[in-house]
Amino acid sequence: MEFKEKLLSSHLAFEEDLDLNDSVHKTRASALKVFEDKGFPSKKEEAWKYTSLEALIQKDYALFPKSDSSIEVNDVKKYFLYDTDTYKVIFIDGVYSPFLSNTTHDGLDVCLMSAALSKPKYRKLIDTYFNKIAPEDDSMTALNTSYAKEGAYIYIPKSVVAEKPIEIIHFSSGNENALWLQPRNLIVVDENSQAQIIERHQSLKEHPVVTNCVTEIYVHQNAFLDYYKLQNDLPSASLIDGTFIVQEKNSHASVHTFSLGGKLIRNNLRYFHKGENVMSTLKGVTILHKKQHVDHATLVHHSQPNCESHQDYKGIFGERSEGVFNGQILVDKIAQKTNAFQQNNNILLDDKATVNTKPQLEIFADDVKCSHGCTIGQLDEEALFYLRSRGIPKKEAKALLTYAFANNVLESVQLPSLKKRINGQIAKKLGVNLGFDL
Amino acid sequence: MAYTEEELKKELETKEYEYGFYTDIDSDTFPSGLNKDIVKAISKKKGEPEWMTDWRLKAFESWSEMTEPEWANVNYKKPDLQAISYYSAPKSKPKYDSLDQVDPELLKTFEKLGISIEEQKKLSGVAVDIVMDSVSVATTFKKTLAEKGIIFCSISEAIKEHPELVKKYIGSVIPPKDNYYAGLNSAVFTDGSFCYIPKGVRCPMELSTYFRINQAGTGQFERTLVIADQGSYVSYLEGCTAPSRDENQLHAAVVELIALDDAEIKYSTVQNWFPGDKEGKGGVFNFVTKRGICHERSKISWTQVETGSAVTWKYPSCILKGNNSVGEFYSIAVTNNYQQADTGTKMIHLGKNTRSTIISKGISAGKSQNSYRGLVQVGARAKNARNFSQCDSLLMGNECGAHTFPYIEAKNNSAQIEHEATTSKIGEDQIFYCNQRGIDTEKAIALIVNGFSKEVLNKLPMEFAVEAQKLLEISLEGSVG
Repeated sequence: MEFKEKLLSSHLAFEEDLDLNDSVHKTRASALKVFEDKGFPSKKEEAWKYTSLEALIQKDYALFPKSDSSIEVNDVKKYFLYDTDTYKVIFIDGVYSPFLSNTTHDGLDVCLMSAALSKPKYRKLIDTYFNKIAPEDDSMTALNTSYAKEGAYIYIPKSVVAEKPIEIIHFSSGNENALWLQPRNLIVVDENSQAQIIERHQSLKEHPVVTNCVTEIYVHQNAFLDYYKLQNDLPSASLIDGTFIVQEKNSHASVHTFSLGGKLIRNNLRYFHKGENVMSTLKGVTILHKKQHVDHATLVHHSQPNCESHQDYKGIFGERSEGVFNGQILVDKIAQKTNAFQQNNNILLDDKATVNTKPQLEIFADDVKCSHGCTIGQLDEEALFYLRSRGIPKKEAKALLTYAFANNVLESVQLPSLKKRINGQIAKKLGVNLGFDL
Repeated sequence: MAYTEEELKKELETKEYEYGFYTDIDSDTFPSGLNKDIVKAISKKKGEPEWMTDWRLKAFESWSEMTEPEWANVNYKKPDLQAISYYSAPKSKPKYDSLDQVDPELLKTFEKLGISIEEQKKLSGVAVDIVMDSVSVATTFKKTLAEKGIIFCSISEAIKEHPELVKKYIGSVIPPKDNYYAGLNSAVFTDGSFCYIPKGVRCPMELSTYFRINQAGTGQFERTLVIADQGSYVSYLEGCTAPSRDENQLHAAVVELIALDDAEIKYSTVQNWFPGDKEGKGGVFNFVTKRGICHERSKISWTQVETGSAVTWKYPSCILKGNNSVGEFYSIAVTNNYQQADTGTKMIHLGKNTRSTIISKGISAGKSQNSYRGLVQVGARAKNARNFSQCDSLLMGNECGAHTFPYIEAKNNSAQIEHEATTSKIGEDQIFYCNQRGIDTEKAIALIVNGFSKEVLNKLPMEFAVEAQKLLEISLEGSVG
């Protein structure tokens, strides 16, 4: 049986077990219909031109893992931001782990999507926010919506600053042969509020895992959201991520994506502006080796005047890895005085590495400043020589230069402990000890 | 009295297409529609050998299986290909040796366009192979060229007289199966230009062709084949103007360039077909396939100034097959009113040490949409490939759009690729700076636009640069709000 058929036929049984309100049931049914009609995206679609899911969907994945997988704190502690006190929402094989988590309802809600979807007190919120910005015609998003059950639900009320960063971690234990996960997160940052969120998907054993994750984020007036995606999974794990952000007046939302590991990663990141003076930041560092594949598909839709967006993606590709960048900036007629910048720089370290990049500008307003720049190249021979002539070995010199290349993305990381860790991971990835911390 | 912007706007809106007139010449037109018999009839009418007829029929067959492409960022009502007549030739046909014999009506048309043959012949030293409704009616300077061994004639003539060259190269760069419109063209092309530069010859003058679409309801299917043999050089000019007509006309040309080892081809185009009136009615559909192949150490350079056509769909490309070959693309695309342009280039790096440069300038005004779509592809064996691309867009007025769709694919780690694009409007500070120095707004805008497109204008041969600048003026004057 093909995997698509399995997804379609399992849905009925899945749906019957759930106690949800009617509108959510309806949303799920229509989403499944979209997936049924469209199926998995193929390379013939423009948006998936450079990324093929063909090989991934050949396997038979378990959709409903056994819920008894338990793991020891010590096994997973290293994946936490342990030296900082944080709120944690932790899932093992798609199931909430109260033992590892640290949730709260005190002043702000850091809790579960399953609770939000079923409990009457959240009904109004779900009606306002659930599946309102996730694109309806995208088949992977529709698939997630139709199976949406669990994930993180975070609500920061008006004028509240979340004092601790929030970690959302999805573990896969490796108890199943092959696992297909579909977490669904909802994040609402209300007026004048502030939050820092770290999201991570991690498998604990080498086994085929595909995570089809969707996150909807609402950033209200004057609010500030700082979001970090850490993608440093084992080589057997794949991730298809959809993050959709709505921003109201005077808000600032920034998303940093660090793609350092995994088999295939596709990041769909979309921003929609609903008010003036909005600031959007999208940054990413991608360092790949082996046969890894990372695809960043970004969209910033400027539909209001006086807004600003900054994109900066750096890619370092070694061995047989493949990098894709597909950045789209859309400026509507009414979005005058828009400033939109996009930068994509890539370094190819080895012969067989590939980069495909497609920075797109679609502009309908005249009083705008929009630019994009894109480069593909190598490490500067002269700079390398300079370092080597001062006694720095070739490997370290290369690492230093690569590190410098990625550095301006790291600079804007606001959490010192996170910055330090990413720094360490990059150094590890490059196989050297840099001998200094940042 | 100061000339206000409002007045200018009005003047521009009411400005009719300057070159919109209709030449009254009897022409010999086929019934409309397209099927195997029409293809055969065209071939027979042109007195083509059998291999050519077969080639056309094969192209027709593969075309029948293709569908019209829809990926371009343009909206238009698809032309009904069965309602088009596929052959139309001016009736007063015999070839002329001198200009006196040319139908005076025709000569008047050219004069109106400002390209009087006499003048060109005497002053500019340009040999003009004028294509009017698909059949070339005048070829000048043929003798001078013949002395050097250069063949410059209509493609139908070349099929008859130089079948070995045509047979070898036609469809070698753009096979009939390449795309929908190239397939259509391969089946039904009626005429076009053929040029062959022998080994080591530097063509002493700029070769040029003028295309015009004249007869109502005739699609024009030109086929151009330029072959530069080893170590030769040629600069080829192509210019187009078409009379104003309400119904949409289709133009699906194919241009193939072959630069053999050490050869250089410079291909320049000024396109000013009827863009439709200010309501967006009428205008030419320009769906052109242009591609060149570069062998070892050769160079192909495309320069284009696109100001006309209701819909433009055109990507002059270079296949850099030979080592150390060079591809260049310089373009200015201007759209106004309801015009739509989706244009750009493809640079396919296959050989080692290949280099390419892309400079594209898009200017949109009125309610027009202007897109740059380009591909830079570096193959796994293309060591040390180098590309630089720059796409700038200038927006005038708040109802137009400018779009960039660059595709960059690198499969080799020694590749160095740079791409940058900007979109902006003419800065108030820039205009203020000029105003301050006593330059009125209108002149300031002309100055800025001129500066904006200078990089590309500079690449045009002298004769064309003047005309191109004039065209820019016509298309843009006063369209700034």
